[in-house]
Amino acid sequence: MTVSARAGVAAGPLVASGRPGRSRARLASGVTRWLFIAPAVVFVAVFFGYPVVKNVLMSFQDYTTRTFFTGEAPWVGLANYAQTFGSAVFTTTLVNTALFTIGSIVMQFVIGLGLALFFRRNFPLSGFLRGLLLLPWLLPLIASSAVWKWLLDQDSGAINQFLGLFGVPAVPWLVSPGLALVAVIGVNIWLGIPFNTTILYSGLQSVPPELYEAASLDGATGVKAFRYVTWPSIRSVVSVVIVLGIVYTLKVVDIILGLTGGGPANSTQTLATNAYHQSFVNFEFGIGAAISNVLIVVSFLFAVVYISISRKAADE
Amino acid sequence: MTSTTIRVPLPRKHRGRARSIPMTALGIVFLGLMVFPVYWMVNSSLQATAGAATATWFPTNPTFSGYVAAFQQQGGNFVSSMIIGLGTVVVTLLVATPAAYGLARFRMRGTRVFLLVLLVTQMIPTIVIANALYTLFNDVGLLNTYAGLILADSAVQIPFSILLMRAFMESIPPSLVEAALVDGANDFRAFLSIVVPISRNAIVTAALFTFLGAWGDFLIALTLTSTDAVRPITLGIYNYIGSNVTDWGPVMATAVLASLPAAVLLVVAQRYIAAGALGGAVK
Repeated sequence: MTVSARAGVAAGPLVASGRPGRSRARLASGVTRWLFIAPAVVFVAVFFGYPVVKNVLMSFQDYTTRTFFTGEAPWVGLANYAQTFGSAVFTTTLVNTALFTIGSIVMQFVIGLGLALFFRRNFPLSGFLRGLLLLPWLLPLIASSAVWKWLLDQDSGAINQFLGLFGVPAVPWLVSPGLALVAVIGVNIWLGIPFNTTILYSGLQSVPPELYEAASLDGATGVKAFRYVTWPSIRSVVSVVIVLGIVYTLKVVDIILGLTGGGPANSTQTLATNAYHQSFVNFEFGIGAAISNVLIVVSFLFAVVYISISRKAADE
Repeated sequence: MTSTTIRVPLPRKHRGRARSIPMTALGIVFLGLMVFPVYWMVNSSLQATAGAATATWFPTNPTFSGYVAAFQQQGGNFVSSMIIGLGTVVVTLLVATPAAYGLARFRMRGTRVFLLVLLVTQMIPTIVIANALYTLFNDVGLLNTYAGLILADSAVQIPFSILLMRAFMESIPPSLVEAALVDGANDFRAFLSIVVPISRNAIVTAALFTFLGAWGDFLIALTLTSTDAVRPITLGIYNYIGSNVTDWGPVMATAVLASLPAAVLLVVAQRYIAAGALGGAVK
């Protein structure tokens, strides 16, 4: 990726005159053009390229707090992976990650699509209400975690207060290992609804109205129109929303750390929070890196799906 | 992106007001359910809930003691967040704006690959970055510094900002820039005098998202600081809720204050935000 090697081929069409005296100007222009992009390339290389490579290396090293003092990080082969895969917590973590991701995505999508279909009906104030719907999505995640932790508080939280009106005894939302994951998934669904609604709404807006008119002439209205007109038309948007949703959900750390810290008894520990705990609580950076790599492999699988879908959509 | 943002009005059949008012009412109910937590945040920030007392449904006896406590305990953290947010906006725009233009306009070998790389960076979990960055920052002395957090936050925001602004800059007619080049301006001058002013809206959108991203960042600050030297407000909130909370008033007051930039931006720049949501997701 050297700049000079690329500058030669970088001359744009504007300076394509063949006069020999201009070749120096051409080269200069090529270099200038690379200068537009070079800082971004450097940033991406240092802050994305380096960490990904470094994580792979660290995952084969015994990289702990001691490393920072002695500078030594002995190579340990696959020991970090062996220890990770062999621990009972890792299995819990994998199951939690799957439940968290699937539960969040399914509900976010269903509710998001419902709201998008609802808001498409351009009633008075629909645009205003749809705009306000973005608010939960824009708040700092940790502020949302704080308010949800308060809402879900067992003794005096608003949700238990409300349920108490119907005689329901106080529910230990965040402190019972059996319920904490459900509660955390619920909060994450709430966070994802605005995003899903917004993207799906824009997808719905791009369905040509003529299609509905033609379909209604053929007797397809209501559910039938959705099944035969809407759904086929928005399928590529749907795939993008779902795949992006999966990738974003796999990354979630803020919400879980804020609400439960991964507890109680690891019942809300996911791959991402587990990687955090190993590296930044236990200072086992090697093991944290191994878990990070598992996470990144899973994310990349979906990233590949996403890119192939958006490529296909671009070709259409 | 363009194909998804074109607003096609639905054929409006003659639905009477009788039909649309219940729809509006239902819409308000849905919205109410969705923003109830935000209401609760504001509501309980105005109440003293020390001890076993619980917040009531309305702040009938509002008190600002929560806000006073929030300012006393978290005032410095707000300043830190502001420095980090503004610093990140500056660095991100300086790096991303020229890159967006370069990727939109110049046909060079490698630009397509770089675009793909930018897309992929969006999918790399931040914890993966933080894990390796901690060791790098430790070596070069960037842990617990504003510079370190600003650089790391910028790195997270730059790919998205490039993709967002590039989508717009592609739509600038090349003839506008060519005219300047013919007049003897170089690429850089043409970029500054023509592309930047025309792209003002896209740049504002990128700046808004960058600020919100850096202001709301939690994980980078959590992992790349180990002392109290630099503490953004998100870490302040985390410290509150990490322990057993006895009085939610100051916590909620801090959360409200931390949410203010988002609320302000939603009110003054809603169309930019919707555009940004789509630009980042679909493109």
